[in-house]
Amino acid sequence: MMKKLVLAAAAVALSATTSLAATEVTWWHAMGGELGKKLEEVAQKFNESQSEYKVVPTYKGTYPETLNAAIAAFRAKQQPAIVQVFEVGTGTMMAAKGAVYPVYKLMADQGEAFDTKSFLTPVTGYYSDTEGNILSLPFNSSTPIMYYNKDVFKKAGLDPEVAPKTWKEVEEFSKKIVTSGAAKCGFTSAWITWVQTENLSAIHDKPFGSLENGFGGFDTKFEFNGDLQVKHWANLKKWQDEGLFKYGGPVGGDQAATMFYAQECAITMNSSAGRAGVINNAKNFTPGFAPLPYYDDETKEPKNSIIGGATLWVLNGKDDATYKGVAKFFSYLSKPEVQADWHQFTGYLPITNAAYELGQSQGYYAKNPGADVSIKQIMRGTPTANSKGVRFGNFAQVRTVVDEEFQSLLSGKKDAKQALDAAVERGNTILREFQAAN
Amino acid sequence: MMDTKRTTFNNKLLPYLLLAPQLIITLVFFIWPAAQAVKSSVEREDPFGFSTVFVGLTHYKRLLADPNYLDSLLRTGVFAVAVTLLSMGLGLAFAAAVDRLARTSRIYTTLLVWPYAVAPVIAGVLWWFLFNTSTGIMPYFLSQFGIKWDHDLNGTHAMILIIIAAAWKQVSYNFLFFLAGLQSVPHALMEAGAIDGAGPVKRFFTIALPLLSPTTFFLFIINVNYAMFDTFPIVDATTSGGPAQSTNILVYKVYQDGFIGLNLGSSSAQSVLLMLIVMVLTFVQFRYVERRVQY
Repeated sequence: MMKKLVLAAAAVALSATTSLAATEVTWWHAMGGELGKKLEEVAQKFNESQSEYKVVPTYKGTYPETLNAAIAAFRAKQQPAIVQVFEVGTGTMMAAKGAVYPVYKLMADQGEAFDTKSFLTPVTGYYSDTEGNILSLPFNSSTPIMYYNKDVFKKAGLDPEVAPKTWKEVEEFSKKIVTSGAAKCGFTSAWITWVQTENLSAIHDKPFGSLENGFGGFDTKFEFNGDLQVKHWANLKKWQDEGLFKYGGPVGGDQAATMFYAQECAITMNSSAGRAGVINNAKNFTPGFAPLPYYDDETKEPKNSIIGGATLWVLNGKDDATYKGVAKFFSYLSKPEVQADWHQFTGYLPITNAAYELGQSQGYYAKNPGADVSIKQIMRGTPTANSKGVRFGNFAQVRTVVDEEFQSLLSGKKDAKQALDAAVERGNTILREFQAAN
Repeated sequence: MMDTKRTTFNNKLLPYLLLAPQLIITLVFFIWPAAQAVKSSVEREDPFGFSTVFVGLTHYKRLLADPNYLDSLLRTGVFAVAVTLLSMGLGLAFAAAVDRLARTSRIYTTLLVWPYAVAPVIAGVLWWFLFNTSTGIMPYFLSQFGIKWDHDLNGTHAMILIIIAAAWKQVSYNFLFFLAGLQSVPHALMEAGAIDGAGPVKRFFTIALPLLSPTTFFLFIINVNYAMFDTFPIVDATTSGGPAQSTNILVYKVYQDGFIGLNLGSSSAQSVLLMLIVMVLTFVQFRYVERRVQY
């Protein structure tokens, strides 16, 4: 194991010394499979568009692995210029002031045009400091939406063109689907923490934590054990017992997609970036796309959903020429045609208004119904302190805790109130640890 | 004991030089990281290493008062004992069976050694497939007996899954050592037993097994260490410590808190504790169990 690492390090060192005249900009990312290929294509096209800089993307594994690799590399002074960090790592990166070169500052220092207003507000809001400065470049942002199986809906005697709008309808539809035998389960969900807890809170304008969901500072506490969240978790448990809901597993809930593709579950809720996967895997049925459901007795006007995905952070400790290249590359990435291409291929949100408008003028959304569900969902209403996003230190650890307590709920060890109370209490311990360390 | 010949070196430096490669490797790859772990276990540090504060034994105190950590300790015990018993029991059974074969023993030996060549993470994925709740064959098979397999939510099922996967991989190793041990049992003793009227089972338990005790002792230590340290990939590939921490054994918790949670201080304290546990276990094994072993 160690030997292999040493060899790999030697190989990296060797390849670095054989660089060409062009200034190399290292970019560590976490996009595997199809997304990784597309990402490399983006970098390659930038390299072909000019000759001064060469962006070298390197796949570093999952999001947590990439973040860890970057941190370890930074401590060993071998850091990349750019690293892709997932949204739950945002709190950690923002706290690491000495390690990060804020993007707004970089662009200003290098004299590159950078207009904050050209970006979609819900996206930039998530990654800005309290003064509204963008600290990292939004690259791949997604938001959860609902996917449903139109053929199963038809079989169950439902209108395939009408998706359930509220949770009450999700329950009714699921009952019909299960009792008619059209599918074994009504609905499932990926990312229980992100979709059924964080986004649930945002959509209903309920706080997830104090101090504007952590945007206001490190002295924040979790508050997601409110009545709404308790009601929803209790419902999920009830629906599980009735066979309407099936658990997709912890963290990303990979089983959710599998069950949806296999037509075992008629509805799933997952990241908008799952769109390409759904279209590829829905061989024997027509998928439908819809916004996330809400409780109509809690709100008449659901708020915007919050985003996930990742942004590009620039790390300190590189020379000026490299940063010049980074700035040029970021300008390139923000171009409407580059953004629109990436968004349309992957299902991630278009980051700029111009990219969205370009897609509209190309007729992309008319040709691909449902592709703009995610955009409309994050753009609806005015974001409030509760729907702006969430920002907490060590948040990856907190998500694990929430997952664990959800499992305790489903296995009947705790009721919804007990599970959420325990999650909040354990989460607060983690927040205090983070506060003490930073 | 064996008769050892004493070698004397004329050059005083030479013995140290000959030892140097091994010493350097031990220092660089074992002693140094261990010392680093001890150091960071008494510090609180942000992930990037900008601010480091000495906090003494805070991490240890907090861990020992944390019910989750104590739970993990208990689970690790259950896991290690179950894996050791299962893999050693099966290894011994297979070895005893193969030992009695005359012609086909080579084929069986080769086949039985195969799992050892499988990387732990692959072993994990393999069993994860077999027990996959929606597509696996085992849940389907078990449902015929009215058992609803669900390791995503049922902690006991998850524990059984990682025990099977971890033990399966280790059976080969135990099998090889037991087989070698059985083959070195003097035939004269077995024949004498047979003449005295002992059946094969009786001969196995009264002659072969006691003579195997050095092998058993050695394997016991190896297996406990395996279960404590090397099972990380299996847990990672099957249950990731879930559901609700029911398979979060110590070595996995170190990873989760340190690498996922970026809580380096607590994670280091955990690895130091883990190191101490194994040291104590090995000490106890050598000090007390070894006395009863006949070489």
